[in-house]
Amino acid sequence: MILDLDKFITKEKPFWDELSQLLRHQNEDPGRRPSLDEARRFHYLYQRTGADLVKLKTFAGEAETVRFLESLIAKAYSQLHETGGEAIPFRPLQWLTKTFPCTFRRHWLAFVLSIGTFCIGGAFGATALSLNYELKADFIPARFSHLNEKPSKRVEREEKQDFDAFQGRHTFSSQLMTHNTKVTIMTMVTGFFWGVFTLILLFYNGTLIGVVMFDYIADGQSVFLTAWLLPHGSFELPAIFIGGQAGLIIARTMFGWGTNLKLRQRFSRIRGDLLTLITGAAVMLIWAGIVESFLSQYHSAQFYPWKIGFGAIQLMGLILFLTLAGRRSQSDDPAV
Amino acid sequence: MLGETTSLEVRTPEGVSFSLPIASPFSRCLALAVDFAVVVALTLLISQVISIFQSSVSEIPLIGPILSDFGAGATILLQFLVFTFYGMITEWLWSGQTVGKRLFRLRVIDESGLALGAKQIVIRNLFRLLDILPSTFYLIGSVSCLFTKRCQRIGDIAAGTLVIREITPRAPQLEEVLLFGENSFSTQPLLEARLRQKTTPEEARIALDAVSRRNEFDPESRLTLFSRIADHFREVADFPDEVTGGLSDEQYVRNVVDTLFRRAKV
Repeated sequence: MILDLDKFITKEKPFWDELSQLLRHQNEDPGRRPSLDEARRFHYLYQRTGADLVKLKTFAGEAETVRFLESLIAKAYSQLHETGGEAIPFRPLQWLTKTFPCTFRRHWLAFVLSIGTFCIGGAFGATALSLNYELKADFIPARFSHLNEKPSKRVEREEKQDFDAFQGRHTFSSQLMTHNTKVTIMTMVTGFFWGVFTLILLFYNGTLIGVVMFDYIADGQSVFLTAWLLPHGSFELPAIFIGGQAGLIIARTMFGWGTNLKLRQRFSRIRGDLLTLITGAAVMLIWAGIVESFLSQYHSAQFYPWKIGFGAIQLMGLILFLTLAGRRSQSDDPAV
Repeated sequence: MLGETTSLEVRTPEGVSFSLPIASPFSRCLALAVDFAVVVALTLLISQVISIFQSSVSEIPLIGPILSDFGAGATILLQFLVFTFYGMITEWLWSGQTVGKRLFRLRVIDESGLALGAKQIVIRNLFRLLDILPSTFYLIGSVSCLFTKRCQRIGDIAAGTLVIREITPRAPQLEEVLLFGENSFSTQPLLEARLRQKTTPEEARIALDAVSRRNEFDPESRLTLFSRIADHFREVADFPDEVTGGLSDEQYVRNVVDTLFRRAKV
């Protein structure tokens, strides 16, 4: 059968024009919800145009009209099958009290691996420094060169210094937030290379902390160290571990162990969890940046107990929150 | 593209197939350059506005330096936010388009041809931090684009998205589709009927396609193509010389198409 193109186009064109117009309206106002009748009409026009396209391809193949109908069908298809489940609902309280802690616990093994790699890095740094103190300068990058100073000298100097609570603090705080957020996102996204770079980043950061901690402890400055690092570190380090956790989830997705799903299907399953974890980590880093800038750098010996107490309470609170919050409503969704 | 697939073939649950042309790395680079310029312009604007604010408050006693420092901190934060959220916000507002993509008529879509979801937008933009490495040279993203079938950077793979060229073909005008003028075959209704009877839909489609795309061929290919098609149809129905005399091969094929696709005139 050969299509009577003349008759066919004359008869069907009004329907194509109507569908085209509906699509244009929808495109001009994406948030618009069509009525039931409009939706039914849209569906009818989509099906009719689809059938026309099939007919035209099979019996005529006039290229220009086929291209026009394909473009129409492509737009209508994406409107009809819009991925509503992919939307991000704005329910901050529910997200904070249920979604985030439950997602965190669902992937606890990745978190343990993340924190474990960091600790191995820390142990490596401390051991290396205990064997050869001269290595300190090699471990500490140029941007942290102030840490090359002998800890006891720094403590003596810092404790005597006046602390201007506001001068330069906003800038410092912003720098910390943006830098740490970038590091955390980077720890996550490098998981794409089968987790190798995520593990390297965690190990490297662990090594730095290990070197600094050993240096201060060996020099008898444990109290200063704790009062300096605990207030912000109790949020900053877990946030980076959560970034590592997200990176290791991506790594597992890349390997595809225990599933025969395609890569895109595997990614589609973890997308929500990745967003939840990285948003949680970002929120924690904003808080850590404020604390580090306005509290951690305040090195007056009389305030050490307060700072340590604040950091310890904060850390305990975070542990309790991540392990207990939203337990009652936690679904038993298996980890991907 | 080394991974070479130039279009995304989609088959809907209703059984309809269509294809969407995938954007080339070159057009994506151009769009990226425009977006980069927009981001730089926005960050410069932010720092200018805040520096005006800083200079106007710096002389205020006591709180002047604090406000000035607040301004410096806000600049760093806002520039970071612009860099991170520019792509997310524009792609969300314009259904998969940024300023650069709008300019070069590109659009990000779901791998299955569907509209983008919010999570996909966020993920593909977060992964940009990896794609731009080393530094901001976009080497990782470029290599990924070159070696994947659908020209996807790593952010696209993770988010399940790809970038297509947006084409908006004109609605078909019947007069343009079948504008061939007088058909000399119409004086031979029996032979026309024979032509319609003997021609398969595939043959008819080839002839129509050749006629409708005739201006896309270079002159030599056009002559060869129409000569071969005309020869084929001459074997199907041999119209007498008084009808075909003086007709070029292309005109012959046009007459064939007109005969096949128009209703027989009574």
